Amino acid sequence: MSVTQILANIAAMVIVLFARLVTAVRAVWDGVEPIRSKRVYFANHTSNGDFILIWTVLPSNMRHETRPVAAADYWLASKLRIFIGREVFNAVLIDRNPETREKDPVGQMASALDEGSSLILFPEGTRNTGDQALLPFKSGMYHLATQRPDVDIVPVWIENLNRVMPKGEFFPIPLICTVRFGEPMRLKDGEGKDDFLSRSRTALLALKDDGELV
Amino acid sequence: MNAPIEFSFLIGGVFCVLIFASGVAFILKRRLGSGNANPVIDNLIARINAWWAMATLLTIAMLFGRAGAVTLFALLSFAAMREFLTLTAKSRADHYVLATAFFFVLPFQYYLVWIDWYGLYSIFIPVYAFLFLPIIAAFRGETENFLTRVSETQWGLMICVFAASHVPALLSLQIPGFEGKSILLIAFLVVVVQGSDVLQYVFGKLFGRHKIAPKLSPSKTWEGFIGGVVSASLLGACLFWMTPFAFWQAFLVSFVIAIMGFFGGLVMSAIKRDKGVKDWGHLIAGHGGFIDRLDSVVFSAPIFFHIVRYFWSTV
Repeated sequence: MSVTQILANIAAMVIVLFARLVTAVRAVWDGVEPIRSKRVYFANHTSNGDFILIWTVLPSNMRHETRPVAAADYWLASKLRIFIGREVFNAVLIDRNPETREKDPVGQMASALDEGSSLILFPEGTRNTGDQALLPFKSGMYHLATQRPDVDIVPVWIENLNRVMPKGEFFPIPLICTVRFGEPMRLKDGEGKDDFLSRSRTALLALKDDGELV
Repeated sequence: MNAPIEFSFLIGGVFCVLIFASGVAFILKRRLGSGNANPVIDNLIARINAWWAMATLLTIAMLFGRAGAVTLFALLSFAAMREFLTLTAKSRADHYVLATAFFFVLPFQYYLVWIDWYGLYSIFIPVYAFLFLPIIAAFRGETENFLTRVSETQWGLMICVFAASHVPALLSLQIPGFEGKSILLIAFLVVVVQGSDVLQYVFGKLFGRHKIAPKLSPSKTWEGFIGGVVSASLLGACLFWMTPFAFWQAFLVSFVIAIMGFFGGLVMSAIKRDKGVKDWGHLIAGHGGFIDRLDSVVFSAPIFFHIVRYFWSTV
């Protein structure tokens, strides 16, 4: 094992421990089991910590093969971010700008799936800082579903993390968060883009309604 | 690590009770036969297992004396407040208020308990936090629900930090003839108040018919309340040998502890109903959250502290 890998493993442990200390995060598997299986998890995006929270509640054998899809401009902006994004999270980095990008993001995601990884997507495309529960979805997830129709697509609702660390604040406050995994879905035969995106959006929002601590 | 000999007797007793409880649960489960799941029995087993963990943790902390007790209750306050403030009203503008509550008020309160500054730790949260946190909130200029937000935050601090810190504060009481043994006051309080919870649960499950507060807490019955409080007071009286109290004094003090503990459970249930949740959290299997276990302790600790301080202590 290389020094970088050892450092990455230590960093991963520290991040998971910190996430648990601050959020006491609880996973609710509501219609899907925490078992190794090739999946695309898609979640609401309110905070930079969203991916970390999902990653924390995954069993460790699943954690290592579950890669976040993240913005290259953010994760390549400093040495620390490059280390965390590449070595710790093994993120699939995509260029958000269609004009400058050299690789097709959907192709990048599809080849990550082909290599045996699962993915974590934030189909809103950006952090939601407004009053709306969920922004409209970008179309990438639909294109991924048409290219890899045999992969389970799992909605994941993250509750409360926007309160732990609102945008623009520098330190988190400790509050309990819940990560709720819903029933897997797939693209139906002949289902169009808008239908698929609105169906997946509804499935994600449905997890919010009983997202309280019970 | 020099706990008084009485402490060993008490811990021995507590673990004997736990062995007995686990035995009973095991027999109940066996009689039911495999294949038949019974949620009450499964919950009972989860509760007993959690008791093993909690008793072990408390024992270890107590063996470290003052440092152990202060650290343990500071961490419990942290976990409790994390649960409480998850449910309270707050807005984005409260970020600094909440951060101050968690990262300054909480540790400072326990620091004051650690250095024994009674004059300040008994007013720090009710006076200083009470006045200064709303000032910080006001600076952000968000007025919506202002009074609700500052009040609920203050309530969380009072319950989860101020009241809870009175448990380790018992160590600062100077009682003639009881020098070096004040850790036993904590052990006495915890055993009586948690014993009262358990006995209320047992009496309620065995004889409970008449609900005491159906709107607040459907599981609380008159039979459980009376049986639990009386038996817990007797339990406390029988522990008089490890306290500065005579038998009858230990009975009366335990009675007050048990009653306050009961009302603590009732008030915290009312808040849960108000906020629409069944449990405060999920971290203690079978019990719910930290506050579900601490509600009776936080209500009885300050009263117990002041009773002992007024009648027995020289400072």
